[in-house]
Amino acid sequence: MATVQIDRRRLLVGGAALGTGLAVGIRLPGARPGARAEDGSPEVTAWVVIRPDETVVVRIARSEMGQGTLTGLAQLVAEDLDCDWSRVTAEYASPAANLARGRVWGDFGTGGSQGLRASVPYVREAGAAARSMLMAAAAARLGVDASALTVAKGVITHPPSGRTLTYGAVAEAAAKLPVPRRVTLKPRERWTIAGQPLKRLDTPPKVTGAQVYGFDVRLPGMVTGLVQDCPVTGGRLVRFDAAKALAVKGVRQVVRIDDTSLAVVADGFWPAKTALDRLEITWDYGPNAAVDSASIARSLTEGLAAADANDGNSAGDAAGGLSGAAKRIEATYSYPYLNHAPMEPMNATALFTGERCEVWCPTQNGEAALEAAASASGLPAAKCEVHKLHLGGGFGRRLAQDYVTQAVLVAKQMPGTPVKLLWTREEDMARGRYHPAMQARLEGGLDANGRIAALSVRLAGHSILGFAKDPLVFQGLAARGEHRFGYAVPNLKIDYAMRNSHLKPGFWRGVNINQNAIFLECFIDELAHAAGKDPLAFRLEMLDGDVRRRAVLEAAAARAGWGTPPAAGRHRGIAQVMTFGSYVAAVAELSVSDDGRRVKLHRIVAATDPGHVVNPAQVERQVSGSFVYGLSALFLQACTVEKGRIVETNFDSFDSMRLAQMPEVETIVMPAGGNAPWGGVGEPTIGVAAPAVLNAYFAATGKRLRDVPLSKAGVRLV
Amino acid sequence: MDSVGKAMPKLTINGKVHDLDVAEDTPLLWALRDGAGLTGAKYGCGIGQCGACTVLVDGEAVRSCVVLAVDAAGKDIVTIEGLGEKGRLHALQQAWIDHDVPQCGYCQTGMIMAAAALLRRTPRPSDADIDAAMTNICRCGTYQQVRAAIHAAAKA
Repeated sequence: MATVQIDRRRLLVGGAALGTGLAVGIRLPGARPGARAEDGSPEVTAWVVIRPDETVVVRIARSEMGQGTLTGLAQLVAEDLDCDWSRVTAEYASPAANLARGRVWGDFGTGGSQGLRASVPYVREAGAAARSMLMAAAAARLGVDASALTVAKGVITHPPSGRTLTYGAVAEAAAKLPVPRRVTLKPRERWTIAGQPLKRLDTPPKVTGAQVYGFDVRLPGMVTGLVQDCPVTGGRLVRFDAAKALAVKGVRQVVRIDDTSLAVVADGFWPAKTALDRLEITWDYGPNAAVDSASIARSLTEGLAAADANDGNSAGDAAGGLSGAAKRIEATYSYPYLNHAPMEPMNATALFTGERCEVWCPTQNGEAALEAAASASGLPAAKCEVHKLHLGGGFGRRLAQDYVTQAVLVAKQMPGTPVKLLWTREEDMARGRYHPAMQARLEGGLDANGRIAALSVRLAGHSILGFAKDPLVFQGLAARGEHRFGYAVPNLKIDYAMRNSHLKPGFWRGVNINQNAIFLECFIDELAHAAGKDPLAFRLEMLDGDVRRRAVLEAAAARAGWGTPPAAGRHRGIAQVMTFGSYVAAVAELSVSDDGRRVKLHRIVAATDPGHVVNPAQVERQVSGSFVYGLSALFLQACTVEKGRIVETNFDSFDSMRLAQMPEVETIVMPAGGNAPWGGVGEPTIGVAAPAVLNAYFAATGKRLRDVPLSKAGVRLV
Repeated sequence: MDSVGKAMPKLTINGKVHDLDVAEDTPLLWALRDGAGLTGAKYGCGIGQCGACTVLVDGEAVRSCVVLAVDAAGKDIVTIEGLGEKGRLHALQQAWIDHDVPQCGYCQTGMIMAAAALLRRTPRPSDADIDAAMTNICRCGTYQQVRAAIHAAAKA
């Protein structure tokens, strides 16, 4: 068994309070002295509360936005706790309590496919520590040595005497014990809860309407606000005439939020919406009012040949290799801005009293939301609280807390009144943190044996981090780290010229792997065809020797029947990436009609190796779900700009795949295990669907589509 | 003051009569959510595109964000909160749990209501029937599980 040293700072903050039964130096907001849950149940460790009825409450710091992290984290805690899974429930840890208790629950950020993998060490230790304390309490009660006890599913047994005690019976005593400094973790081969395809914990209320999302929050005396921000980013609100808006029944007031936005506050959504439509607003559209998609595209295209580029990955002499190549091809690809468009638009509910500020909101980072509440309210964070709610989708958008700031700024103008601040879909589309637009110019040279002798990739587009040496732009193209390039190319140059527009960029599921996987994996396909080689064989020949990358490619190809001809009229394409620490490959199978204008996706076989897996059933859902998200973008979506503003205002112009367009997705979950580092799950697979489909489209039509979305070329998914 | 409607007719929601004080141009969705306090039907687009607000009106699936509440007066309105009978889950809700369908879940109540209308009309739907009837948007991409759950509920 592996024995690990617990980080004292992490666990003993809670433990110190538990050991004495006093909250030494610790006062939880809401006057909660001592280590007890709100219902009075003993908190064995900060992560584990056990009720007298044997219910095990696992505290979760990360956010649940559909990706299954809530269940996965609970599985990890429960595994080393040795409790009864059927008694496990999960609840969010409080961001304010985390601050007050020295970040006992660690990081609340839920992005970068980190939710599980970054939490693994300490949540397992948390479960093991609680188990050890429960066993010690039982040993004391029975007057035996803890080493003489066994435990299974929350029932502790003393085999020599046959006596048993339940976790619920000893939790109170266990909670008074010090948190152990060393714990023993279960080896993988003894896992019975983690690693299993268990059902999610959060499903039942989601099928009855009982689940309360941010949009559904109701508090006594609450009012509803709708936001209108300046349609052009960089512009400002000059003035507004609220007379007609205030004449709408049920409207309370119209308030300025900040330099650029206002809110109509009313008794409900509809009066607020009616009033918003009647407001007379004067905007100063500012310096970006003339920007349009064509001017943005020109800027990116200029960047493709500009001198101000920064190297991302290079080897040998790319220019020399290209000029000396036996055969040379080149291509330019482009990828648009995209909105996250989660089903639940941005929203937050805030109550400001002068002494305290509370916020109820869906957020991908409870601590950042707390910071936003403190900053906007002008109160110290210790006087603020964030009540996290499950997200109606996140996809990266709710890493930004702009909507929390707005809600608090409005609530501050109405002390004592809870304000639920909502964005309409139109506001959500206009105020995105957009997936960056990017173009790529690729040149490749083949040697006399049809191997890649040289490759150059110039990226030009928007940096999310906002600086020219942004390392994130090289996702899937990097020499090292968890987004590696993976091909053995002797002469290589991959560089980037930053070309930012006025739009605010953001992390959109998969981030830069979305376009980089298309750029690279479609161009590799172009090179394979130029070499007259099978696209799979060509890739296997050019891989850099990483066996895990080869394994996913071969697994996906084998399951898809790559070596055998597809059914009549069907065509296949293949792609692979390594990103967020995981290896992924996919084979797409499609047919086309109407001279290539109609595409039917039949099947996508995906193989993923994220190193380790906590819940294979949820991994499968993340894979097929990521394909819907990525392929919706490939076929249907772009955020275009006219007069500085986003043209697409709703799902009528920013469409999303429907059930009828869904291919059959088969997922091979093949974690390497052992000492492999933990990779991500929510994002990596999104990268392979689009290039696999584009490569299959080429196989079907002989045409390369290099401009996303495909709707621009009149190609429709049916 | 404008937008002050005539007295709002009574709405029959999940078998209960509601007397709601909302303007006469109020979409059914907001009468349900802000008036009756039934938040199971969700706002997603407000233009009838996404289906998150789907409820049954006289057994038919309607996108309640583009139907006026007054036009549903005198009709039998069923929301997700009233889909099951006598505290028991509807077969679709049970199938949704059995197949672990929801991810974020925000669209799922509308999805289930659309499926309920489908099964009412077509108790044993084919894949093509499901394709045609289930046009709601799910950004998480639960479509495979939705299809499987509808087939399972149809057999239940």
